[in-house]
Amino acid sequence: MKYLTEFRNGEIAQRMAREIHAVATRPWKIMEVCGGQTHSIIKNGIDQMLPTGIEMIHGPGCPVCVTPLELIDKALAIAAQPGVIFCSFGDMLRVPGTEGDLFQVKGAGGEVRVVYSPLDAVELAVKNPDKQVVFFGVGFETTAPANAMSVHVAKRRGLKNFSLLVSHVLVPPAIEAILSAPDRRIDGFLLAGHVCSVMGYWEYPPLAEKYKVPMVVTGFEPLDLLDGIRRCVIQLEDGRHEVENAYERIVKFEGNQGAQKLLAEVFEVTDRAWRGIGVIPKSGWRLSEAYREFDAEERFQISGIHTAESPLCRSGDVLRGSIKPSECAAFGKQCTPRHPLGATMVSSEGACAAYYNYGRFISAEELAATGAAKQ
Amino acid sequence: MCLAIPGKVEEILTEGDLRIGRVNFGGIVKRVCLDYVPEVQVGDYTIVHVGFALSKIDEETALQTLEDFRAMGMLDEELASEEEALARAASAPQSACPDGSCSAK
Repeated sequence: MKYLTEFRNGEIAQRMAREIHAVATRPWKIMEVCGGQTHSIIKNGIDQMLPTGIEMIHGPGCPVCVTPLELIDKALAIAAQPGVIFCSFGDMLRVPGTEGDLFQVKGAGGEVRVVYSPLDAVELAVKNPDKQVVFFGVGFETTAPANAMSVHVAKRRGLKNFSLLVSHVLVPPAIEAILSAPDRRIDGFLLAGHVCSVMGYWEYPPLAEKYKVPMVVTGFEPLDLLDGIRRCVIQLEDGRHEVENAYERIVKFEGNQGAQKLLAEVFEVTDRAWRGIGVIPKSGWRLSEAYREFDAEERFQISGIHTAESPLCRSGDVLRGSIKPSECAAFGKQCTPRHPLGATMVSSEGACAAYYNYGRFISAEELAATGAAKQ
Repeated sequence: MCLAIPGKVEEILTEGDLRIGRVNFGGIVKRVCLDYVPEVQVGDYTIVHVGFALSKIDEETALQTLEDFRAMGMLDEELASEEEALARAASAPQSACPDGSCSAK
């Protein structure tokens, strides 16, 4: 709250919050799917501006969080091999595998590089023909066009020493998994703005119709989030379930068609395991037949990986929106960003890390009881 | 991770068969692939994720968004250099432990 009053459009934000208070007559649970939006909501205290009944549920949209432990372990095993340059975005460096993390592999002599763009990894492959360069392709649909282009360029240049360790997951199947769960408690969705900048939002109307839930394409700034919540609440109060675009300055219905064309060429849909949730059918991408030779899992046959998740960790319940991070017994005790037990504490975009970093150690109910939480 | 940052295209080059722009994000300049936004020209603003432009946007929106992302501390991670990313990883803990159980490390 403190932050929001200092925010450029603090007054407009307060006005939007008042409008939400005015239209909301019943309790609603709204899930923001994207980890970046979770981060922004918690950091800006947007959930605390809402009427008591409007609850924000934090979804599984943090790619770092949902990357399976087994794949992290594979990354560590590949990165530790001599003759390998292992490239990653910075946010994967400290994600713990069963033993150690990429930063520790680097410290032990592994050649681990942080790149800004996957094309930087392709350049490293060109400059180091005697090395195998592997890029850790983690992400949702937003990141996929970059990774697809890197493989496409590598193929065009005939590079034999570049490969992609793919951990690509997709938003619509995850939403469907949440909506079709027997204990479903989500009434509406905020759709991830930047995912939709790539994919558009043509995939969502059938889901909104089938499950009778409103969905609003939403950005990341405080006003965007408040506007997305406002529109979602208005639809819920009206009994409507449409897909609405509250991020028109960035997102078009059809998305970026050039990107979608290359994605369809380079990737094919596959079942993917989500850390903390389990396998969701047809929820990810792997390299298509034409690009399979660039698959690091094919090139480096890593076997004998035995992963062990913490029995204390309830990140699956957090990712499905069944509990808030602070409702987990291990939160802030055995599990902290320095010692994460599971997926959602690992990344700064994970719901548990966001709660931890912005001091949400007590539950919303406790806060409400002290009168500090709501307006 | 899925954040796309607005920047201004200052120069467009052809590298191999890629269309590469020099894009300025409020002072930090990066090489960015413009293949997915053929409509973007020098002087335009575009949102960029991991070195790829995804969509053209207007200047006013771009500048406001950049200001907001900076205020929220969301630019540092996305635009970090390799040295900065490694330095951040070296000081890994994102915050102190509330119960003091990890203060020994």
